[in-house]
Amino acid sequence: MSKKILIADDEPSIVAALEFLLQRNGYEVHIARDGEEALRLVESHNPDLVLLDVMMPIKSGYEVCMRMREREDWRHIKIIMLSAKGRDAEVAKGLSMGADIYVTKPFSTRELMAKIQALLSQGSEPESA
Amino acid sequence: MSESESKGQRFVALCMLGMLLFNYPILALFNVSGTLFGVPVLYAYIFIAWAALIASMAFIAESGGRQ
Amino acid sequence: MLHETAIVLTAFVYLGVLFAIAYYADERADAGRSVIASPYIYSLSLAVYATAWTFYGSVGRAASDGVGFLPIYIGPTLMIALWWVVLRKILRISKQNRITSLADFIASRYGKSALLGGLVTVIAVIGILPYISLQLKAVSNSFTILVQYPEIVMPAKIGVLATRQDTALWVALILAAFTIAFGTRHLDAAEHHQGMVAAIAFESLVKLLAFLAVGVFVTFGIYDGFGDLFGRAAAVPKLRAMLTPLEGVAGGYANWAWLTILSMMAIMFLPRQFQVAVIENVDEKHLNKAIWLFPLYMLAINVFVLPIAFGGLLRFPDGSVDADTFVLTLPMAEKRELLALLVFIGGLSAATGMVIVETIALSTMVCNDLIMPVLLRLRRLRLNERRDLTGLLLGIRRGAIVLILLLGYLYYKLAGEAYALVSIGLISFAAVAQFAPAILGGIFWKGGTRAGALSGLLAGFAVWLYTLFLPALARSGWLPLGLLEHGPFGIELLKPLQLLGLAGLDQISHAMIWSMIANVGAYFAVSLSASPSAEEHRQASLFVDVFRHEAGGARFWRGTASVPDLYSLLARFLGTATADSAFGEYASAKGLGWPDERLVADAELVHYVEVQLAGAIGAASARVMVAAVAKEEALSIDEVREILDEASQVVVYSHKLEQKSRELEAATAELRGANERLTELDRLKDDFVSTVTHELRTPLTSIRAITEILLDDPDVEVEQRKKFLGIITKEAERLSRLINQVLDLAKIESGKADWVETRVDMKEVISDTLAAMDQLFREKNIQVEARLPEKVSTVTVDLDRMTQVMLNLLSNAVKFCDSANGRVEIALAEREGFLSVDVRDNGRGISPEDHETIFNKFHQVGDTLTDKPHGSGLGLHISRQIVEHFGGRMWVESSLGGGARFSFTLPTGAAT
Repeated sequence: MSKKILIADDEPSIVAALEFLLQRNGYEVHIARDGEEALRLVESHNPDLVLLDVMMPIKSGYEVCMRMREREDWRHIKIIMLSAKGRDAEVAKGLSMGADIYVTKPFSTRELMAKIQALLSQGSEPESA
Repeated sequence: MSESESKGQRFVALCMLGMLLFNYPILALFNVSGTLFGVPVLYAYIFIAWAALIASMAFIAESGGRQ
Repeated sequence: MLHETAIVLTAFVYLGVLFAIAYYADERADAGRSVIASPYIYSLSLAVYATAWTFYGSVGRAASDGVGFLPIYIGPTLMIALWWVVLRKILRISKQNRITSLADFIASRYGKSALLGGLVTVIAVIGILPYISLQLKAVSNSFTILVQYPEIVMPAKIGVLATRQDTALWVALILAAFTIAFGTRHLDAAEHHQGMVAAIAFESLVKLLAFLAVGVFVTFGIYDGFGDLFGRAAAVPKLRAMLTPLEGVAGGYANWAWLTILSMMAIMFLPRQFQVAVIENVDEKHLNKAIWLFPLYMLAINVFVLPIAFGGLLRFPDGSVDADTFVLTLPMAEKRELLALLVFIGGLSAATGMVIVETIALSTMVCNDLIMPVLLRLRRLRLNERRDLTGLLLGIRRGAIVLILLLGYLYYKLAGEAYALVSIGLISFAAVAQFAPAILGGIFWKGGTRAGALSGLLAGFAVWLYTLFLPALARSGWLPLGLLEHGPFGIELLKPLQLLGLAGLDQISHAMIWSMIANVGAYFAVSLSASPSAEEHRQASLFVDVFRHEAGGARFWRGTASVPDLYSLLARFLGTATADSAFGEYASAKGLGWPDERLVADAELVHYVEVQLAGAIGAASARVMVAAVAKEEALSIDEVREILDEASQVVVYSHKLEQKSRELEAATAELRGANERLTELDRLKDDFVSTVTHELRTPLTSIRAITEILLDDPDVEVEQRKKFLGIITKEAERLSRLINQVLDLAKIESGKADWVETRVDMKEVISDTLAAMDQLFREKNIQVEARLPEKVSTVTVDLDRMTQVMLNLLSNAVKFCDSANGRVEIALAEREGFLSVDVRDNGRGISPEDHETIFNKFHQVGDTLTDKPHGSGLGLHISRQIVEHFGGRMWVESSLGGGARFSFTLPTGAAT
């Protein structure tokens, strides 16, 4: 069974690129256009990983991240935070909110895929254990 | 000190009022023939005004903190 | 039938009761349970003001000029209204300095001057003698009249009596004995005469009840109430004029006013009033009650004066009976023996109360301020070497009491018969009024000096002697009457009763005017003409600022002293027992025992001893005595000033400091503001860079991701590839647009933009823009409504820039429109002097707090949108800059959920 990944971003171009990339690598992809929708989809589809843009309408990526970490049953979901803002303070903030990795835009698709794969393989272990 | 100061000012004002009441020309207004309850107007005026003055002094003296 | 023996017996029984009360109160005081620690006793004791003069004389005066006696009681009422300000201050000063008398107070204020104290004493004694004689006269007259019962014969008609029957002399002697028993039990004059105060309070009750009894009897017993009495008086032509007595009398109101002022002074500065109000006061708080109870007492004792006066005039129409005796003769004429006896006792109580307190006060002054300073200065007597002076002090006081009463008797014999009671009393009032400038000036004005006070008192007293005392002697036949009628040596201008030709006033008003002019004038003129000594300066400050520095006397002493010296000094004057207890008290306050070698004779102890001593022998003498045992280094005036100014300088310094720190604070605030602005600018710049970076990175991300996909995966379907290439193109366009706008903004902000200004018809600009965007509207299925007038004035603007503004606003509107039923309205209108353009959408609106910030650089209103095709965040900012460049304004009106209306104006006049 393929892993589920949720893309939460409001930039249609980036979403289109990521969606194509992940589907090509055999993941089941869901798309949210704002923070609220992201939380809704996490609830309904229980993804294994979320690609979370920071600058989103309604609820920011930080907020979504925080909400997710508040829920015990969502603790296993990996979060990769994506942001065009790459200052140290912002990276630190994202990580302190509970993101597993903070990726600065623009990113290398290869590196991103490698990180996603690494996270997902590592994350499955404690679940099976 | 400020309470006793304001009390002092009220007393000074009252004293000035008293000086006005018991002096020309106010006094002359009542220096007329005729009676009030059988008492000559001037006598009646002086004693009533005097009593009112004392009542005001009692009010000021006893009001406020018992400094 | 009232037998002489019965009357005398009653009088002695009354005096016995009085003594018992005093004895009881003293015993209680010794046991520590004071009976006088009550505001009611204090108020009643103040009523010692009402003497035999009030008791008999008021009716006499009322019988001759109606309400003319009232200022003597209304004046004090007005003065008492000022007690909270004046008496409270005097009380505080007196307590701190253990003031023993009026003379002591004045002497202490003006540098502890023995000379001044002596002068005040002399003035007081001479001034008060007529008043004391008046009491003797009243008692002896009332006695003489009463023994004639049931006949009513005036004493003047009885003729010369044998010495054995000279009532006044006996009264004087009995009262002297009585006063000695009351007033000189304790040596410390600053301590309270508890027994005396209790007795005085009792006497006040007796005289009030006796007078009210007569009043009620006359008004309701003889006549049928006030109306009946005044009605009958009005029927008699001679009496009718008295019902409006102020009319037609030359100087009537002036006399009234002067009498009021005179009485205001008297209630403060009569030695006996000072004694009961200040020296005998045990608690400042008692003022609260006394301030209204005492005036109420005066009102009560005066209510029946007029009825009795008219009753007497109606009863004795032939003038054979002296009006001063109506209070007594009316009950006698009506054959009311007991009432008459009660009246006699009432009069006796009024007289004895006055005499006792007055002579105690005067004897203290004579002893402490007249005799002791002289004795202490006479080295021949070697008083300094005597072991125990307590007996001497008491002896002097007792002697003074006898002497004063005998002098009073002498005055009565010499001049007493020539005047009515009230006139005698007023002469005394005028004498003590001379103290007013020195005391009132002394407690409110630091500039008053010893020389000023001396000059004022001397000048005022001299005028008093000349205008009041001299005429009294002349009228009594001791000086030629020609002196009054033609002036000394026939100089008319110097006539004592019409000085410098001032006529038309009564004797008292006349004397008051001249003596006050002389007194106040000399006091101020001399005070201002010379600077005070160190001692005067510090005393002035201690008195005037009494509420500011509490008990600060010790600060002013510098020198060397020894504890045994100070102790033996105190013991000499107060006795060893008192000295031991005083030192014990002081030592225990220091946490030491007495005797204790660790006790230091420092400034504080020296001051303490001086104050204790002052309580017994007065401030001036105490000063001399302490100076003898303590080797004092004299403080110079500058040093005293320094000490005094220390406090005020601290205030000045702290004020300056405050100001400095305020200035510093202001400077700091300014700096902080500047810093904040700099930080803000820095932050804005930082934000700008960060935002631009963000805006550049977003399209770059898509472009990079997609190119990498395409590069890594050659097998991407053609359809997908096409879609990707489309995205790359769009994002590349977005990048270049952003870069253009940033450059554009930089140009506008730096003022380097090229503005091509022509006359432009805004109607055309709007139509052209709408046409250019027609395709977009269709795609988004947005309804557009443009309301353009037929014709508008042209504006002078840059056509391309205005088109840019319209494009911005319209694409914004498209962006924010309701996605399903999009609707955009454009309205152009011309108003006075300007054009206005409104662009309205029906989107979700903008919350009020964002109405200004959306015009900031890079503010993303797009946060509320899921789609942001043109989200550079610079459009609105640039648009506003353009509109403002041409002299217009741009703003937004909106509320959340209600769509938004962007408006701008452009002036139609010749713009820049």
